[in-house]
Amino acid sequence: MSFLSKTRNKFRGITDTNLLTSITIVVFVVMYLCAVIFLGEGFLKAQTFFNMLNANAALIILSCGMSLVMITGGIDISVGGVTALVSMCCAVFLDHHGGNVFGSILIALGIGLAFGLVQGYLVAYLDIQPFIVTLAGMFFARGMTTIVNTNPFNVANEEFVALKDTRIVIPGMGWYNKAGKYVDAYIEIGVIVALIVVAIMFFALKWTKSGRNFYAVGGNQQSALMLGVNVKRTKFVSHVICGLLAGIGGFVYFMHVGSGAASHASGAEMNAIASSIIGGTMLTGGVGNIIGTLFGVMSLALIQNIVSSVGLDEAWWTGITIAAMLCLFLVIQSIVISRKKNQKAEEAMEASAPTATEEKENGDKKSD
Amino acid sequence: MRENAVLEMRNICKSFPGVKALQNVDFTLCEGEVHALMGENGAGKSTLIKVLTGVYTKDSGQVYIKGSDKAVNIKSPQDAQKSGISTVYQEITLCPNLTVAENIYIGREKGMLLNWKKRNAEAEKVLSSLGINVKPTQQLASCSIAVQQMVAIARAVDMECKVLILDEPTSSLDESEVAKLFTLMRQLKARGVGIIFVTHFLDQVYEICDKITVLRDGTLVGEYEISELPRVQLVSKMLGKELDDMSDIKGDSTASIDMESAPVFEGEGLVSDQGIKPFDFHIRKGEVNGFTGLLGSGRSECVRTIFGADRILGGKVKMNGKSVKITKPIDAMKNGIAYLSEDRKRDGIVGDLSVRENIILALQVKKGFFKPFTKAQANKFAEEYIKLLDIKTASANTPIKSLSGGNQQKVLIARWLLTHPEYLILDEPTRGIDVGTKIDIQKLVLKLASEGMSVTFISSETDEMLRTCSRLVVMRDGKVVGELSGEDLTQNKIMSTIAGGEE
Repeated sequence: MSFLSKTRNKFRGITDTNLLTSITIVVFVVMYLCAVIFLGEGFLKAQTFFNMLNANAALIILSCGMSLVMITGGIDISVGGVTALVSMCCAVFLDHHGGNVFGSILIALGIGLAFGLVQGYLVAYLDIQPFIVTLAGMFFARGMTTIVNTNPFNVANEEFVALKDTRIVIPGMGWYNKAGKYVDAYIEIGVIVALIVVAIMFFALKWTKSGRNFYAVGGNQQSALMLGVNVKRTKFVSHVICGLLAGIGGFVYFMHVGSGAASHASGAEMNAIASSIIGGTMLTGGVGNIIGTLFGVMSLALIQNIVSSVGLDEAWWTGITIAAMLCLFLVIQSIVISRKKNQKAEEAMEASAPTATEEKENGDKKSD
Repeated sequence: MRENAVLEMRNICKSFPGVKALQNVDFTLCEGEVHALMGENGAGKSTLIKVLTGVYTKDSGQVYIKGSDKAVNIKSPQDAQKSGISTVYQEITLCPNLTVAENIYIGREKGMLLNWKKRNAEAEKVLSSLGINVKPTQQLASCSIAVQQMVAIARAVDMECKVLILDEPTSSLDESEVAKLFTLMRQLKARGVGIIFVTHFLDQVYEICDKITVLRDGTLVGEYEISELPRVQLVSKMLGKELDDMSDIKGDSTASIDMESAPVFEGEGLVSDQGIKPFDFHIRKGEVNGFTGLLGSGRSECVRTIFGADRILGGKVKMNGKSVKITKPIDAMKNGIAYLSEDRKRDGIVGDLSVRENIILALQVKKGFFKPFTKAQANKFAEEYIKLLDIKTASANTPIKSLSGGNQQKVLIARWLLTHPEYLILDEPTRGIDVGTKIDIQKLVLKLASEGMSVTFISSETDEMLRTCSRLVVMRDGKVVGELSGEDLTQNKIMSTIAGGEE
């Protein structure tokens, strides 16, 4: 009995954010183990895992920005469009204007920052719905991409190709191929960037004072204002960072695909939202964790991998599985939260019992 | 500035479209004094507080704070905090998703990095020094409302404020918690903090305060030493007229009860998912009854069950002798039951809609949304009830959120009266509103009953229930533990029934 109540207390002491993150991590690990057990071989190879990282480095970065905005209680659906625009602008700059890699990185950051500043200003200071602002941003970015260059093309700039093909070897994680030759395991540069972004964002949200302001604003905007948090600036900064990360993510995406095209990263914003939600960020704001988001992205990637290795037609089966998974997570979230609430109510009832006895004693004294 | 004054407000004016909320109001607060700010709803208390805390910007006037000769200009809650003014509001203004410790410190610290260990330790120290029993690492949403309120006060205390504003902090606290709060206030007073205390509980004013400032209709009535202002005079100053003896309200309230025909509402074994035990309940035509019990004993849950507002798990319902099924609020409304909920902010008013729209809302739901009223009809209804209930509003078009609490409440009552219910449930209709309106509402309840309506009236103030109800259902821990009527309707009897135990 005492053990039961102890675990219950522990369960209650944990914050919503930590609880949902833990659920995500557990689900990811369980899914991976299942994949290893039932699908075997391929999933045992470290490179399978690294490939998931390689393919999704950009999405991880986009999702970090998305989570930040969602924690603050907003949303940013322009990140996919910004990614495409960044890819196209960098591609055109490198191939048609003889630019260098450093310049293209600046362009990527500049575009992201510009989107963040404008959208942030509109949302925070003019008080326009973030959904509408960033929807406009999305259309604008997609449209601009086509204006910059209509036809898709591969970038041939040598400096860039060298960067794109750089492989960072992970020692000791390689495997022997069918011919018996040892193949090194590797990750791309983008993965390093993504992991650095995750680390910085995680640290900033957890251990800096301004990081906690995002949670406060997302939790209850009015209260945050009364508590002395600069709500407008916080919202503004969340969009600026998200825009900047969209720029960085856009460049990482560009490094992965090595081409410019108007159709690039289509639906990336939705994947980023899905990853954030699977990672335990709540659409209503105030709850979320960047580590959870990382695992959210990886869960999505894992599902895609599992679906394709089972041999199902990838595109729509992936969609359906992700839909099912999203539903599952949303249901888990709401069950967990409402169970916590019910426990609180129960305990309030328990707590009121002794008060009644006290009252009784008082009453007895009075009748004396 | 007056000697040892910490705060002086001079000639404060503030107007809203159509309303002069404050006209040349002066207010002075001294060191180590608890100063009550009293007034009816709409007298301008909240406006004055909000001007002081930077939520509203004043139209004219000066605010002086100890330590600076020049008038300070408070434009935002942050400015107020920096000038040493802390506020604890009636509604909790903390973030439910953050931990207790974070709520104490967020938004008011310098520096970049955050040391969780140190912060939690500091929070622990503050909380324990104030005798608040809660873990700093706990998420705020998992604490009871009372604890959340205490955390808000802990935050204010820790800010070393010179001026502490308590805006109706006691309305959601029970007696022992109020006592704790008062101990806290005395501690702060000893430290030289000036406290502005806004409340509707006269007992509390006379227990804790040193001075009273009374406002009426946006103007200053006067500032008084507590010892020089007896209670009756205070009330008459607030109302601007001599108070008719409150005990006179209750006529012979049992006279209107129709004992002949079947009860208007009869429920057997009613139970919902909100943790109350199954209960039986009936009410007759023209009867006023009430549910009483401690906070959290299930009073509201019972009436919510009657109205079908929570998920109904079982029970049989008969109305006027015929059995009916009530599982959703719309069923109840169609059967002539109206319910005015406890939390008018959350369940009741639609802030951005006009007074008129708020009044016709329930009737519109009853009629169906696809058969809208004409504008003329809606206006007629609105005007009629604004007059009938004496609702103070600039016009029927004013958004309801700009009305004072008591007038919002009247609008909600109008909303339900308009549906001509047979059975009206009022859950804490008098909470957070001024004495004058309270009496108006009590009178209204009795008048409605005498016209043949059945009314259930819930209030946390027992004497209010004693004045209006002819029968009281007593609750404890989600269970009906007794029913009192006639000569048993006394404070002592209610207390002992709530407490339980064999007589």
